[in-house]
Amino acid sequence: MSEMILKVEDIHKNYRELEVLKGISFEVKRGETKVVIGPSGTGKSTLLRCINQLTPPDKGRVWLDGVKITDPKVDINKIRSSIGMVFQDFNLFAHLTALNNVRIGLMKVKEMEKREATDLAMEELRRVGLGDKTSSYPAELSGGQQQRVSIARALAMNPKLILFDEPTSALDPELIGEVLEVMINLAKEGMTMLVVSHEMGFARSVANEIIFMEHGVIIEEGAPQQLFTKPKHKRTGEFLHKITELYGESGK
Amino acid sequence: MAIDKLILIWQSFPSLLRGTLVTIELTAGFLGLGLIVGIPLAFGGVYGNKFIAVTIISPFVKVFRAIPALVLLFLFFFGSASFGIEMSAFTAAILAIGFRSAAYQSQIFRGAIQSIGVGQMMAARSIGMSKLKAIQHIILPQALRLSIPPWTNEYAGILKDSSLAYAVGVTELMRQGRYIVARTFGNALLVYLVCAVIYFVLVYTGNKLLGLLEEKYKIPGYEVKKGARKVLERI
Repeated sequence: MSEMILKVEDIHKNYRELEVLKGISFEVKRGETKVVIGPSGTGKSTLLRCINQLTPPDKGRVWLDGVKITDPKVDINKIRSSIGMVFQDFNLFAHLTALNNVRIGLMKVKEMEKREATDLAMEELRRVGLGDKTSSYPAELSGGQQQRVSIARALAMNPKLILFDEPTSALDPELIGEVLEVMINLAKEGMTMLVVSHEMGFARSVANEIIFMEHGVIIEEGAPQQLFTKPKHKRTGEFLHKITELYGESGK
Repeated sequence: MAIDKLILIWQSFPSLLRGTLVTIELTAGFLGLGLIVGIPLAFGGVYGNKFIAVTIISPFVKVFRAIPALVLLFLFFFGSASFGIEMSAFTAAILAIGFRSAAYQSQIFRGAIQSIGVGQMMAARSIGMSKLKAIQHIILPQALRLSIPPWTNEYAGILKDSSLAYAVGVTELMRQGRYIVARTFGNALLVYLVCAVIYFVLVYTGNKLLGLLEEKYKIPGYEVKKGARKVLERI
């Protein structure tokens, strides 16, 4: 179970003169959950988008399951269909029902038959606890429900890895729990996840490893227990202390 | 006297109706060409190659929006002859006003596309859709919905602009009216009033139908709710 799913090597990204990512390298093994933390503006979201090439990195290499996806010759659409992505503000397709949001990738990208796609989409919606909301439109759902639909949309594609970009940051506090619960279950089921989040409770209880980033570099990386109790860098401890105070540990 | 007028209208009705049909054909042609050309212009401008946007799309839109419809009509109708192209007045009108409508419609669609959050495109690409598929399945269906209200305006404007085709000799409603006025005597006001009423009915009916379309395709949860409207009235 220790094979490598994701390998990121020396990723650099500039926005004009601003260097957002200054050489990021790390690896994620199959079935692992890694949580990326760090102050805002540190390049965490950019890093996720550099992985599925929504924002192509200026320099550096990314491998998914042994395939070098930063190679210009790969079919990036095909690669993206095997990397799920969950956004901070859900980004559900506004004109489609929950069912169609989950089904459209299966039908239009995987070219699955409608019936088969429907069955699969229904199954994923039930998995996130929304079997009764299939015909609701995004605007008719709560934030937590929308985020769960978007997780179902990612799951339906049967991804090798799911990227979560602050999945609970846009939610009311009382809605965070239902989303985290889904994510905790996924982690238990062995889904490989890379999560940018401030939910320290979640990070502490679910993550195999925490990556602490600041100013475009990885400051420290390690097991939650180690980072929380005896961080190697002073800055890691300061940040963890501040963020825990600020957000509490609502994840658990 | 009044009977005379009624008889005149009754007798003119077939020719006015023929004119009305031509007016409808013109309008359909203008809007159809405008739609077919306008949508790619809009998407090309927003998502397409920058070079093409700057060298082709933007100049096209600027030129066709800056020149009066009547001038365009004359340029296409009389100008085509200078290039040795034989073109009927009807065709020249369709091209001139159709391309002009394309320029205006492209701005309607551009506005609609740009009001759709970038997250929609990003989410579509993230599940593996190509840019073209994302446009087709995610962006276009939303942009078209958002475009219906401003497009209703374009419809009304273009339908009335069809009367300009009169100037190059298309026998649409206005020209049929003009014929009747010329054939008889002292009926100008009456005949043109009837024409006005016909235009009004066409615009009104079209707007109603487009309103129904808007209603049919509205996205649940996005419409202005009755309660919200009350609040808006108060503040």
